[in-house]
Amino acid sequence: MADKSPISTPAPTPAPTPSSGPANRARVLGAVRAALGRGPLPTGRAQGLDATLARHQRHTIPARGRADDLVAAFASAASGVAAEVLHLASLDEVPAALADHLASLNLPPALRLAPDPALAALPWHTRPLLAVEVGTGVPGVQVGLALAEAGVAETGTLVLTSGAERSTTLNFVPDVQYVILPHGRLDGALEDAWARLRNAHGAAWPPRTVNLVTGPSRTGDIEQTMIMGAHGPRRLVILMVPGA
Amino acid sequence: MSVQQQPSGQSSRSFASRAADAMVDANLQTALNRLSTGFATRRATAIAAVPEFEALKADAQAIKNHVLDNLDHYLERFEAEVIARGGSVHWCPDAESARQTVLAICQAAGARTVTKGKSMVAEEIALNPFLEANGIEPVETDLGEYLIQIAKEPPSHIIGPALHMTRDTVEGLFRSHHPSLDPARDLTQPETLVAEARQMLRPRYFAADVGITGANFLVAETGSTVIVTNEGNGDLTQSLPRVHVVLSSIEKIVPGHEDAATLLRVLARSATGQDMSVYTTFSCGPRRPGDADGPDAFHVVLVDNGRSAMLGTEFQEMLRCIKCGACMNHCPVYGAIGGHAYDAVYMGPMGAVLTPQIEGLFGHTDLPAASTFCGRCAEVCPMGIPLPDLMRRWREKSFAAGWSPTAERWGLGLWSALARRPWAYRLVARVAAAVLKRLGSKGIARLPLTAGWTAGRDMPAPAGRTFSDLWAEQRRG
Repeated sequence: MADKSPISTPAPTPAPTPSSGPANRARVLGAVRAALGRGPLPTGRAQGLDATLARHQRHTIPARGRADDLVAAFASAASGVAAEVLHLASLDEVPAALADHLASLNLPPALRLAPDPALAALPWHTRPLLAVEVGTGVPGVQVGLALAEAGVAETGTLVLTSGAERSTTLNFVPDVQYVILPHGRLDGALEDAWARLRNAHGAAWPPRTVNLVTGPSRTGDIEQTMIMGAHGPRRLVILMVPGA
Repeated sequence: MSVQQQPSGQSSRSFASRAADAMVDANLQTALNRLSTGFATRRATAIAAVPEFEALKADAQAIKNHVLDNLDHYLERFEAEVIARGGSVHWCPDAESARQTVLAICQAAGARTVTKGKSMVAEEIALNPFLEANGIEPVETDLGEYLIQIAKEPPSHIIGPALHMTRDTVEGLFRSHHPSLDPARDLTQPETLVAEARQMLRPRYFAADVGITGANFLVAETGSTVIVTNEGNGDLTQSLPRVHVVLSSIEKIVPGHEDAATLLRVLARSATGQDMSVYTTFSCGPRRPGDADGPDAFHVVLVDNGRSAMLGTEFQEMLRCIKCGACMNHCPVYGAIGGHAYDAVYMGPMGAVLTPQIEGLFGHTDLPAASTFCGRCAEVCPMGIPLPDLMRRWREKSFAAGWSPTAERWGLGLWSALARRPWAYRLVARVAAAVLKRLGSKGIARLPLTAGWTAGRDMPAPAGRTFSDLWAEQRRG
């Protein structure tokens, strides 16, 4: 920042004393309980609330979240939020589709894959001119490729997760983001995707980060006009393929 | 606008004079005129496309009511889940303890710069000046927040902090604050302005030691914090630095992920008219062993700062607020004067209710009075908050405390004295009717004490007799 405020010598600020943490916790919870006119919830009541939570009860789900043709519904919703959707016949077509699409954007034939063995196993040799590397979102990465864990047809939303074989930063640093979405991972509503993830991750649910991505980055901060490419990817291309 | 950032409610000028200035600020009026065609129109379109919207609203309200009745339980559950995933939770009764807690975390991390996602709670506790005074540079990354940071202004809208600026203002800011900017570069289009901000902020994300975000929701079930953005700045802020700090007020809790799904369906539609914002991110704890990326440490700073004092009172309903901004987007007063005239962190109808609670009513008595009571805010509020009723409660408190303006107190006192004495009321009304009749039988262009009314229109021609007299005559006849 050119015009940053003059920073004076740091005023010595006492760090919170070790006792302030528990005391503050008691103050906040005590104030909440006093306002509610009661003490801590009786054990039975608290266990009842936890039991209700464990049932994952759903509320109203709009009809658009219960589409029969999930592929068509997802593609339509995603296109509606300015994502590009490419329909491929199989995963084997991904390298050629990427090479052609990058060429159509006049971009160099290079991309970075999330560290997912399933991505590394794609037939990259079919497009030997495509420079493929694996890693996270470090400075300078222009193009990223990830594999979605789920897709929500209701809103055209991709569900991307963190993990040893995933990269959260690669979802945000590149200018152009490609995401593979297998048809078998499509869900009607977000609630269906939660059920899928709970099932897939078991005791490790939820992963550190779950990114719900609905279209490419944009901002409405200048004159309430939506402008694409604010800080995340300017362009989002979703490669829909049959299979799981 | 040349408003310098200062603690809210401490302007030496009155609300009326700030509002008057705002209404003749041509640049501001240009920006405000976009409200009706911008957020408001897009909201109406998005909601019309979902026939179930009323049911979604009812569900969303029921979820929040349930949480508020059991807030202590869900806060403790949330805390336990964060700790179980390796994160820390810090409880802060007030703004000062929240500032100290954030500073202590930054100092422990040896931080020199912190990137920040958009957080109204950070505005509420005036975090930036405090970090700067302690030698830590905060860098706002949401475009609107970045603009007001370099302009040294407070936000003028809760979801569009720089809503008061036109593209020309933004260009001027960039030309004076970006030293490397080529003077020949065309910055007349919003697209080029956005590209310039993107380019300037990109290295800051990678250089920051700590990333601070707010939270739209806290999910008790898993200890997840949720941010909702369109830009992706919040995600770069929280995934690149070593430490992620989440700053949130205590009422942001929802029980489970299914509840969050329902609230998300009403939030973006009410705010910007999108079905979903572009990036909705759930985060819990630091990176796991083996994770390819993510922060090494995760802290949640839970701020009360007046919320618990609203529980169990007539203002409890305000705690359902999900900060969508629909009330201000549809408010005729906000639309006429913008956010800065309120001189408060939270502006518009929701701010008129929340600010007196957080900062005290004294010094903010004008805010709940800044309403025509047209009811539009309550109509568009997805959380069913009776905003005009709550503003009226503050007006009553203000009157009871003797803080309302002298003329208003005199006027109401006089009226009340007459209204309780029918004979005196009739006498005064007859005298007044007769006097008005003498002032003009074709309409009155000017009348003492009513310049505010007669400056723009005439008083209708007076009848010369009171309604009571005419009524009595008709009944006899």
